[in-house]
Parts: sequence; C-alpha cells; structure tokens
Amino acid sequence: MSVIDDIRAIAAGFGVTLRHMLARPVTIQYPEQKRVPYPRFRARIVLTRDPDGGERCVACYLCSAACPVDCISMQAAEGADGRRYAEWFRINFSRCIFCGLCAEACPTLAIQMTPDYEICKRDIMDLVYEKEDLLIDGCGKDSSYNFYRHAGIDVTQPRGEGLEETPPVDVRSLMP
Amino acid sequence: MTASTVDIALFAAKLAMVFFVILTLAAYLVFAERRVLAWIQDRKGPNRVGPFGLLQPLADLIKLLTKEDFIPTVADKWLFYLAPAMAAIPAILTFSVIPFGKPVAIAGHQVPLLIADLNVGLLFFLALSSIAVYGVALGGWASNSKYSLLGGIRGLAQLISYELSMGLSLVPVVMLAHSFSLTDIVVAQARLPFIVYQPLAFIIFLVSITAECKRIPFDIPEAEGELVAGFHTEYSGMRFGLFFVGEYINIIVLGGLATTFFLGGWHGPLLPPVVCFSLKTLAVAFFFIWMRGTLPRLRYDQLMHLGWKLLTPLALVNILVTGWFLQIVA
Repeated sequence: MSVIDDIRAIAAGFGVTLRHMLARPVTIQYPEQKRVPYPRFRARIVLTRDPDGGERCVACYLCSAACPVDCISMQAAEGADGRRYAEWFRINFSRCIFCGLCAEACPTLAIQMTPDYEICKRDIMDLVYEKEDLLIDGCGKDSSYNFYRHAGIDVTQPRGEGLEETPPVDVRSLMP
Repeated sequence: MTASTVDIALFAAKLAMVFFVILTLAAYLVFAERRVLAWIQDRKGPNRVGPFGLLQPLADLIKLLTKEDFIPTVADKWLFYLAPAMAAIPAILTFSVIPFGKPVAIAGHQVPLLIADLNVGLLFFLALSSIAVYGVALGGWASNSKYSLLGGIRGLAQLISYELSMGLSLVPVVMLAHSFSLTDIVVAQARLPFIVYQPLAFIIFLVSITAECKRIPFDIPEAEGELVAGFHTEYSGMRFGLFFVGEYINIIVLGGLATTFFLGGWHGPLLPPVVCFSLKTLAVAFFFIWMRGTLPRLRYDQLMHLGWKLLTPLALVNILVTGWFLQIVA
C-alpha cells in the first residue's frame, strides 16, 4: 500500500537525521584549529633566490602578462654585468586570485606559490606587497635550479660555456 | 468571597514566573533549534558567545533591539505596528489555561499551578489559535508588498484547512474526560495518558499544531524559497523579533497542550509534576525541531489535500468509533 510506503519513507528520513545528529561534526574551529595545507597549495606568492643567493627574477614580464587580474607590475633594469633584474616588483594581493598562472609562466622559477593562506589585513593598502616583502632567502620548491647556469648568455659566462651547452657553431661552415 | 493579600501576592508571583520562564524558554528554544539543526547538518552551530554559546540569545536580543525599525512608506502604519503584537499575545495568553503542575500548598494556601482554571479551557485555546492568524494576515496586508500579502493569504487558507481537524481531533479527548477544563483532562489521565487510547487523534493533533505554528513542513505562509519571508518580509528589528519570538512561544505552548491533552500532563513516574510536564513539553518541542531538519516543505495544494481529504474525515471517523466504544463499555 502506498500509504504504508510513504510512512516508511518518512520514518527512514527521521532515522537519517537522527544518525547525523549523533555523528561528529565536520567543522574545523578555525582560529584555534588550523588545517595544514598540502605543499603545493596555492596561496601567498614569493620571489625566490638561486642557490648562489642571487635573485632569480630577470624581469621578463611573463608573469605580469599571464596574470588574468593584472595584479603584478614591475620595472626591469640592467645591472653592470648585463644581468637583468626588477628595479621594483609589486603584487597587489587584494586583486590576486591565486590561480598560479604567474608561477607557471616563470621561466626562471623565481615566482612561486606558498601554502601560507593567512593573508588578511585591516587596511587594503597593506595587501600591496613590494619587492622586499616578496623576496625570500631561499630557493623555494627547487633548491638546485639556477637559470644562469643553463642559459645566461654572455652574462655569467661566455657563450657555450654553460651546463648542457655546446660551443657556438659557424652556420656558414655547416655544409653537407 | 474576598481575596486576601497573600492570595494576590501569590498570583502575581505566579504570573511573573510564568512570563519569565516562557520568554526565556522561547529565547533558548531559538538557540536549541540552531544547535540541533547544526548537528543534523554535521555542523556545530553557534558556540562562540559564552560557554557553549549559551549567551547567544542575549546577543540576538541586543542585535534585534538596536536595529533600525523600518516602516515602508506605503504601509498601513497602525496595522503594521499592531500586527506583531497580535501574533505574539494570543500565543502567551493560551498558556494561561495550561496546568503545568499539581496544585501546591504554600503558606497554608492551596495554589493551583495554572493562571486561570477555565471550565472551557479547551474552547479558549481553540478561539485564541484562530485569533493568532490575524497577526499574520494583517501583517501581510499592512506591509503593502506582494510577498507579504501572498504570505498572509496563505496563512488564512492554511488556518481554515487545519483548524477543523485540530478541533475534531480534540473531541475524543473531551469525550473521554467528560470535561472542557484542562485540569480535569489531566486528572482523567492519572492512570493512562490518552495517547494510549487515542493514537490516531494524537497524530492528527500533532500534524495540525505543526501547521498552527507554521513550522516546516507546513511553513507555507513564510516559504522563504518562494515568498522571501512571507508575511514578515517588510519587518525588521524588534517587530520582526516579536513575530519570531511569538512563533517559538507558540511551539512551547502547543507542546504544553499536546502534553496536557495526550501525554498525561504533569503525571509521571518518580520526578516532581512540574519537571514531568516540562520534560514532555520540551520533548514535543524537540520533535518539532527534528521534523524541521528532516522534512521538506509541502506544496500549498498538498496541505489543502491533507487537511480536507485526509485529516478531517479521519478525525470524524475517530469520533464515531470512540463514541461507539464508550457506548459499549458504558
């Protein structure tokens, strides 16, 4: 009979809610209890250094171009040895959506995401991070990579002298 | 017959105590509902204000009192002012006929533990429950907003469809107790509560009082998914608070009535009568909260269908069977 089925269905519903009433809540009491995010969690952005302690960033503007919300800006400059660096580097975290496209775009692994998700400020201007706020004393996720060992043409060493590099070839002499 | 000063003082004390307990209980029922609903949804609920969140009702009160009391320019001002009171007052008044304990002797005076021992207490309750819907209907009308008006109209239509079955479900209780007085009804249940004799009437009454206090699954006049907030859409601050508290007072009062009519009132094993009554009342209130966490809202026509085509005929048949049975036994 449909009435009996209906009553059984309603009783089953009450059973389900009673079971959940007695189950442990899934709530995390945030300020007291903090969950530990995974290492690749995308939160606060940092600028890393290479193993020798130099800045990795070469101010190529790729992160700024990749950024969908235009929160990264910088000014490129050139050192005495011809090595490029960012004169100033600014990330507006009030705009950042933590998509990680900047870190993906970076050819030198300079810009990286960290799992530090607690970046709330009373004043919105405090969320604009300058280069000295962003730069850390470490390599971040890759502790061995040094861009200039692989491709720093004519800056840290003469052409063809880097790792995995062969001496330059005179193309006019490459006859079959 | 002259009332002595002590009698008047005792009555005043009783009145003040009932007011205080009912209002505090209503405030804490809101808190209890939020916690229980949270548990049902695997959450914790409000637990920040005071130990275990026990001061949350106080925080809510402060919030409601300090909010702007907004009146729409197109509203009918006087009705808009009056409607919340018209919803809350009948709910409190109904409690005056509920006996919440055995008569006690204080300083040589026999004090009945209810405010007014009317010999037509049951009819008094039915009359007040009909009056309570004026608050809803007039509040909806006076707001001059389409959602409020629809909520008010729904409130009226809902009243007509459940009031009949609620009244009819109480007829067997009167037949068994031979009295309209709530005290007599409780005394008649000294041996066995009426729920044993009248399980069907109890279920019909329970469904009807759920509709009476506009709770899910019968919260059709409010229906926040369809009508924003129904009849109290335009209300804010303490005026909204009065509607809100009135609803929870209603739950306590109707729980008390279900206890009085079917669950044996203050009768119970071991515990003192007042505690027995309170526990039964709170159990009914808990069931209301549990039901809110479980069932979805009925459609408008489904409530009509349930009230007119199912509950009313069942209640009528129940009366016939009870009468026939009493005739055989007597």
